[in-house]
Amino acid sequence: MSSHDEDWGEHDDAAPGDEHTGGSGFGAIQVYLLGLLLAVGLTIASFWIAGSNLVWGPGIPAALLALAVAQIGVHLIFFLHITSGPENANNTLALAFGVLIVLLVIVGSVWIMAHMNHNMMPVPMDKLMRMQR
Amino acid sequence: MSQTATPSDIAAAYIQHGPYGVGHDPHGHGHREARGHGSGGPAPKRVIIGYGFWIFLLSDIVMFSGFFAAYAVLAHATAGGPTGKDLFDLKRVGIETGCLLASSFTCGLAYVAATMKKQLQTQFWMLVTGLLGLVFVILEVLEFYEMVVAGAGPTRSAFLSAFFALVGCHGLHVTVGGLWLGTMMAQIWFKGFRPHIMRRLLCFNLFWHALDIIWVALFTIVYLLGAGA
Repeated sequence: MSSHDEDWGEHDDAAPGDEHTGGSGFGAIQVYLLGLLLAVGLTIASFWIAGSNLVWGPGIPAALLALAVAQIGVHLIFFLHITSGPENANNTLALAFGVLIVLLVIVGSVWIMAHMNHNMMPVPMDKLMRMQR
Repeated sequence: MSQTATPSDIAAAYIQHGPYGVGHDPHGHGHREARGHGSGGPAPKRVIIGYGFWIFLLSDIVMFSGFFAAYAVLAHATAGGPTGKDLFDLKRVGIETGCLLASSFTCGLAYVAATMKKQLQTQFWMLVTGLLGLVFVILEVLEFYEMVVAGAGPTRSAFLSAFFALVGCHGLHVTVGGLWLGTMMAQIWFKGFRPHIMRRLLCFNLFWHALDIIWVALFTIVYLLGAGA
């Protein structure tokens, strides 16, 4: 128990949004600049892919979603400074729980409603007559 | 009997040592620097406030996920009315995206300037952030206005109800964020970089970056998937 605590005791917790660049403003601005560069690149890529036939048509939604997830990751790391370090464990765990709930709500809704749409397909008339008998 | 701990023993140990059995070090010696892991006292106020606000932001994102789910389910329920392909102007959405992304960046610059206690620089970058946010809101209001005038208001179809609820909710967040930004500028100007003002600025920064994250999901799922694919 105590050895476990000593491993962790090296670091203070960090608030989300805290930078870890040693306190100089210049390093912090560099981190923001790099984040901006990556985010702009990913945004341009998404808008470009959406309007072109660069990617196989049915693959476009998957490509766009992948780009969006990548960009959200860039925002989290470079703007919100959420890292995988031990001082960020609380923030990362809260984020993981949030992502779990978001995925459950969205994937669950889409999945269930798609099934209901499928089950509500109009039934051919002769089949309906047979069911009523 | 001496090997088994009775409930009162456990309670006594809990009171003495805290839930993790390492104690709060009431005599002031030992691991003072190991904050937030059961010893050395509570984390600094700044960390606690930042964490609390982070929890709020995540719950806000969970609320947005409800709107996203509604939109995803209703996206094709156009009731014979206009579809996303007919309505969405990707050029305008691109400008909106650029504004919000740039304002996220300048918001970060304002925070860096504030940590260095540079008043004018902080005010300048916050003003730029606010103006970019204002351009974003104006463009969005213009889009809503044109859609309603063209007979594609929120009452036209389930798709449009979900669209206006989702995008409008994000726009409302940006508007409220803009009001908060103005308040923060006044507070920094008149009160200076006191610790509690800096904590509020940290929270505002988190809020503004979170709005940009939601917008990334929004322009991808609503506009790009709606207009293109």
